[in-house]
Amino acid sequence: MNDALDVALRLLVVFVVFLTLPLIIGQTEHKVMAHMQGRLGPMYAGGFHGWAQLVADGVKFAQKEDVVPAGADRRIFQLAPAVALLPYLLVLVAIPIGPSESAVGQIVDAGIFFVLAVMGVGVLGSLMAGWASANKFSLLGGLRTAAQLLAYELPMLLTAASVAMAAGTVSLPGIVNAFEWWWLPWQIVGAIVFFVAGLAELQRPPFDMPVADSEIIFGAYTEYTGLRFALFLLAEYAGIVVLCGLTTVLFLGGWHGPWGADGLGWVWTFLKTAVLAFIVIWLRVTYPRLREDQLQKLSWTLLVPLSLAQIALTGVVKVVIQ
Amino acid sequence: MTLAASSHGFLSPTGVEVAFLLVGIVTLGAAVITVTTKQLVHAALWLVVALGGLAVEYLLLTAEFIAWVQVLIYVGSVVVLLLFGLMLTRAPIGRSPDADSGNRWAALTVAVAAAAALVWVVVDAFRTTWIDLDGAAGGADGGSTAVTGASLFQSWVLPFEALSVLLLAALVGAIVLSRKAAAEGERPQGSTNKAPSDKGKAPSDKDTAPSGKDQAASGKEGVR
Repeated sequence: MNDALDVALRLLVVFVVFLTLPLIIGQTEHKVMAHMQGRLGPMYAGGFHGWAQLVADGVKFAQKEDVVPAGADRRIFQLAPAVALLPYLLVLVAIPIGPSESAVGQIVDAGIFFVLAVMGVGVLGSLMAGWASANKFSLLGGLRTAAQLLAYELPMLLTAASVAMAAGTVSLPGIVNAFEWWWLPWQIVGAIVFFVAGLAELQRPPFDMPVADSEIIFGAYTEYTGLRFALFLLAEYAGIVVLCGLTTVLFLGGWHGPWGADGLGWVWTFLKTAVLAFIVIWLRVTYPRLREDQLQKLSWTLLVPLSLAQIALTGVVKVVIQ
Repeated sequence: MTLAASSHGFLSPTGVEVAFLLVGIVTLGAAVITVTTKQLVHAALWLVVALGGLAVEYLLLTAEFIAWVQVLIYVGSVVVLLLFGLMLTRAPIGRSPDADSGNRWAALTVAVAAAAALVWVVVDAFRTTWIDLDGAAGGADGGSTAVTGASLFQSWVLPFEALSVLLLAALVGAIVLSRKAAAEGERPQGSTNKAPSDKGKAPSDKDTAPSGKDQAASGKEGVR
């Protein structure tokens, strides 16, 4: 009974984190983008600096009519948002935030493979949405999503494999436990490749070809309204949380910090994740969108060779220091 | 390993065994729908259910690593590639009356023969052997990543490497096919004896590959 209660409590905490962190990042994006572009951003909702803007947005989305196009494949169209969102919830369960056993939803033996595998499933949601909408812009968006995933999953996997080699384990808590500060310069290329490939997998700018609004309206999500559309947006922000958390755990040493590692390790994890999330937003307002062919070229001619070189470097250093 | 008859009977199944059987039924059902449905994209999506069901079966057998690799490669990549190919060529919403192949009986024969061979091999290899999944060799779980990796790269290195050579051959073949298609696409520009064949519109008797790009993509897939 105690075990069941423990599991239920952990899942509840993960669920609450899943509901709040994406909203916090969304609100941060509003404000950061506003300041970087020399404007105010939301200022009225909730009184203090528009903190309740996203709550108001949520209420607005819930009030909107849920429209399914007449020509659409009804069931798949309605199922797609759930398929896009749920994988990120599952991934959050496996990300450790602190050194103790209780600081992770569930310890997964092959943690790296679990998170990367499940994250890849989320893209199926976009594909289903793109096809089932019976809209050519949606279909084009779905196509671009698929091409992008195929191009960017490989460098992501290779760099994750590099860290696993360095740590000698594929479990996420195990990797952070094995972390030393000099891994940072050693794995820096892998970290950058992983982060960039992750951005592309989330379809965040500058890799947002699948939803390029000036070309194909909103890609796979063109026909969506109301809550289902909000679920897709939530999936994007949950994806940012997951990607930043994963990069922190794999490459930045998770709960390790210059001081206060005992007891306050989770603060370091959150701090690093927040800084990475800020960079994600920063990149969005800084760089223009890549063209589809540039996108493919970047992955196959730059990121894949870089990640292979990182694996070679990891192997060499690993053999030398043994 | 002990004999099944001595300690474990077929008539007193554990919860895991019941779950294994139920998931197996769902997987089999999804697989049958995959090949019988007349809606092309639905077939690909039912394939997701079937492959995901297989991953759950691996999990129930404590082969955690294999399960996640199954999800990563098949659900995350192969099905995405399949959907990509469908969307690129044709993916009508609703039924495709011409989705049936004339070779269905031959295909059924091959499928049944392959299934029978696989089932026979597994049954003949293990018979009534009982493998304790919880406390197998080395104290760790029998299917944990460490155990899987050790057996793969100690006992089974040769088959593993042979398979990778096979995948390399597939990659080279894909490159050859795509280069050939590109060369044919350029040549008719100068000569007038034959209409230039656009990708996907090539006569099916001449070339089985609908487009070189697809083949190249599947080759990349094979490398993983």
